[in-house]
Amino acid sequence: MTAQAISALAYSSDAVSGAAPALLAVRQLRLTDFRNYRQLRLDCGAEPVVLVGDNGAGKTNLLEALSFLAPGRGLRRARLDDVCRRPRGEEPPAAGWAVAATLDTTDGRVAIGTGLEAGRSETSLPRRAVRIDGRPMQSQTALGLHVAAVWLTPQLDRLFLDGATERRRFLDRLVTALHPEHAGDVAAYENAQRQRSRLLSDGNRDPHWFTALEDTMARHGVALAAARADTVQRLDAAARLGVGPFPRASLAMAGEVDRWIATMAAIDVEDRLRGELAASRLRDAESGTTSCGPHRSDLAVRHLDLDLPAAEGSTGQQKAVLVSIALAHARLVALSRGRPPLLLLDEIAAHLDAERRMALFDEVVALGAQSWMTGTDAELFAPLGGRAQILRVADGSIAAV
Amino acid sequence: MNGPEIERLIQLLGRLPGLGPRSARRVALHLLKKRETLMQPLGTALADAARAIRACSVCGNLDTIDPCSICADSRRDAGLICVVEDVGDLWAMERGRIFSGRYHVLGGSLSALDGIGPEELNIGSLVKRVAAGGVREVIMATNATVDGQTTAHYLAERLAEHEVPLTRLAHGVPVGGELDWLDDGTLATAFKARRAL
Ligand SMILES: Nc1ncnc2c1ncn2[C@@H]1O[C@H](COP(=O)(O)OP(=O)(O)O)[C@@H](O)[C@H]1O
Ligand SMILES: [Mg+2]
Ligand SMILES: [Zn+2]
Repeated sequence: MTAQAISALAYSSDAVSGAAPALLAVRQLRLTDFRNYRQLRLDCGAEPVVLVGDNGAGKTNLLEALSFLAPGRGLRRARLDDVCRRPRGEEPPAAGWAVAATLDTTDGRVAIGTGLEAGRSETSLPRRAVRIDGRPMQSQTALGLHVAAVWLTPQLDRLFLDGATERRRFLDRLVTALHPEHAGDVAAYENAQRQRSRLLSDGNRDPHWFTALEDTMARHGVALAAARADTVQRLDAAARLGVGPFPRASLAMAGEVDRWIATMAAIDVEDRLRGELAASRLRDAESGTTSCGPHRSDLAVRHLDLDLPAAEGSTGQQKAVLVSIALAHARLVALSRGRPPLLLLDEIAAHLDAERRMALFDEVVALGAQSWMTGTDAELFAPLGGRAQILRVADGSIAAV
Repeated sequence: MNGPEIERLIQLLGRLPGLGPRSARRVALHLLKKRETLMQPLGTALADAARAIRACSVCGNLDTIDPCSICADSRRDAGLICVVEDVGDLWAMERGRIFSGRYHVLGGSLSALDGIGPEELNIGSLVKRVAAGGVREVIMATNATVDGQTTAHYLAERLAEHEVPLTRLAHGVPVGGELDWLDDGTLATAFKARRAL
């Protein structure tokens, strides 16, 4: 990255006056049988959106709907049929759901439709249907070309204390925002890994079949590890600068494949991984695991102002590091892809003091991202003044405040 | 509510791809209303097809003659074999008129999770066709899905000893893409730009 680009990543308080032009904004959102929404139509401006409402009103549900505009399983990682609206009385649950949005992007207006189609055949696996400008897409990956979404939820407050799986998942979302094909590589790698495990547990010994699966794992595994390495390196440079009153942080990948990626050519890492997988078949069959591969990597984060691993800070300090990373990432994506990700910040005001809340709001406005924030207390968002649209959510409907 | 014949009809229709229970009922109703003009001719067509159609013993294609009309067509180049997962993929190729060789239909792709191994697929007969000689190129046109890629790689391993040039479709085919879904232009481009495997 150029020096100029780096300095553009630094916090600048004069960037906050006047909103930047929105480079990614949902202008209309329609939900059908989505969680507690039977039918919802919401027209909005390009500015950030604040959703206020009581617990259980449907704020997180709305963020979840927006998260389906990007590839993946959404903000709750829910099963597709759990998302169908379940009415209160005797009525059966809805058979499908839909999220339709019109977005302003740097490529112009884009219409995205996604959901679970009612009336699909019972024999086929439920799949999330995706349409872009009315055309059915074969895979969700196509969404990544238009929309990247990154979210912070109360569940993620424990990210640094949770297992490495959670951190990889969080990281992979950040990576997908920079490298849209990453989500596809992760899915392909995990799929081949599961198949290899199945062959091992079935006692299959067909060497050609193993070789074929391990080849798929090696190709997608190295591609995904390289994308992670690239993202973490650039994000580390940005997060080290800090964002306003949010802490400075460092990020690094920790794992065997990540060490190879750092020192060897990608094509050699593929061969190495292929070789390790072939050599570990017996061991993996005994242990019931896959002993080598990027599914064993972890994201190591340090709180630089405290000079401690992020996990050793207080709950509030951990949250602050997380916000710091999300904001640094949004700037990085805005710079390198020309548009920021959709930031979904659930219950965001909760662990932040007044100074940091103010700084977060200023930053979100300056990003030109149409961030969506939620909270129970409208007062906490008062510093946003006229720079955001404040909407009240109550029982499956939404009204301007 | 309905007689058992109608219920059974609805049930069977509901197993067709793309038809859920609601649309199965709608189709059944439509058929019942058009008994003479649609339902009876359809029934006859189904019975005729079920009786006459068989899998080609050479390539696995579905046709009323065996070997199928493609295998029996001496104008088609027997030195080129295009390997596809399903008859639907063969149809997609034929629609695009992009290939003048012969096919080999696997009948699916390897999938450990679905319990589909090499024995469940039409692989042994492909190895035999290649071993018999006279084949100048095998083109892997399996889907660009994980299972499709894995299957292509598996076949490459199995065919390695015969030293026949292997190619695969260029990735004009989007990852996760299934051939049957592609527009003919994309398929033709991917076919022309095929690469050595
Ligand atoms: N599939 C569903 N169908 C109907 N209601 C649902 C469904 N899933 C969750 N809900 C309801 O949505 C509400 C939670 O909404 P949520 O968005 O999490 O609230 P909050 O505004 O506190 O973030 C709960 O009342 C829950 O019962
Ligand atoms: Mg909530
Ligand atoms: Zn034939």
